[in-house]
Amino acid sequence: MSDLPFILFSLVAAWAAIMVVTRDIAVHALLYLVVVLLSLAGVFFALGAPFAAMLEIIIYAGAVMVLFVFVVMMLNLGQTDRDRERHWMAPGVWIGPTLLSGLLLIALCLTLRAMPPTTGSDTLAPIGPQTVGILLYGPYVLSVELASFLLLAGLVSAFHIGRDTRATGVNSGTATGDV
Amino acid sequence: MNATSPTQALLLATILFTIGMLGVLARRNLLLMLMSIEIMLNAAALAFIAAGARWHAAQGQVMFLMILSLAAAEAAVGLAIILRLHAAGRPTLDADTGNRLKG
Repeated sequence: MSDLPFILFSLVAAWAAIMVVTRDIAVHALLYLVVVLLSLAGVFFALGAPFAAMLEIIIYAGAVMVLFVFVVMMLNLGQTDRDRERHWMAPGVWIGPTLLSGLLLIALCLTLRAMPPTTGSDTLAPIGPQTVGILLYGPYVLSVELASFLLLAGLVSAFHIGRDTRATGVNSGTATGDV
Repeated sequence: MNATSPTQALLLATILFTIGMLGVLARRNLLLMLMSIEIMLNAAALAFIAAGARWHAAQGQVMFLMILSLAAAEAAVGLAIILRLHAAGRPTLDADTGNRLKG
């Protein structure tokens, strides 16, 4: 059965995602998030998208997760958050929404099951990076430019928000100690 | 057996999106909310990849690249805001207390 790696990756991804949203400590959740991203890279590879799989590992599991790790290292999280979230996670609150969304999930599964099978070749032929690159710099070159603008805007706004205001004296004294 | 893979991938994307949305709704820690948003973005990217595999079109991976850059920008801005909140002397990362961000 050639589908076994895909199912394995899927199970690991779903289980690790559940572990991410239920951890108390941020670093533990972060480690499980890296597992989610790596298994999703495996899913992409199984779906015939090796370029996306490599980008998932390099950019997501590499760059973005390093950013998260740095922020977690710079913060020291207290105990009050955990107590308050424990109160939020009380099981009685979740019964009604869980039942309703479970019904929605069952309906969605039935709809997906009724989807017609692939009409073309039965095997998933991989789509290599060459095809993606030709498409990216051919008809989609405008969206590449837009993505670069988005990244530049993110860079500028992150620099603006995260600048050290004590050194320049701008806005000094605002929002300190009024929690 | 391999032909049913896009359908199963769509199912996995649904499950991951649900888990991420549950995390955003239930957790009040800003860092964990950001991680849940990352999971949701990954689920959307997986849906695009699955659709691209289903119709054997490379446009799915093009959209995956767009989602990747969006997620990078979102993580940078969100983490900068979290650092800003923490530098303003806030003892917790509770999202419900974040309504007094100045500057």
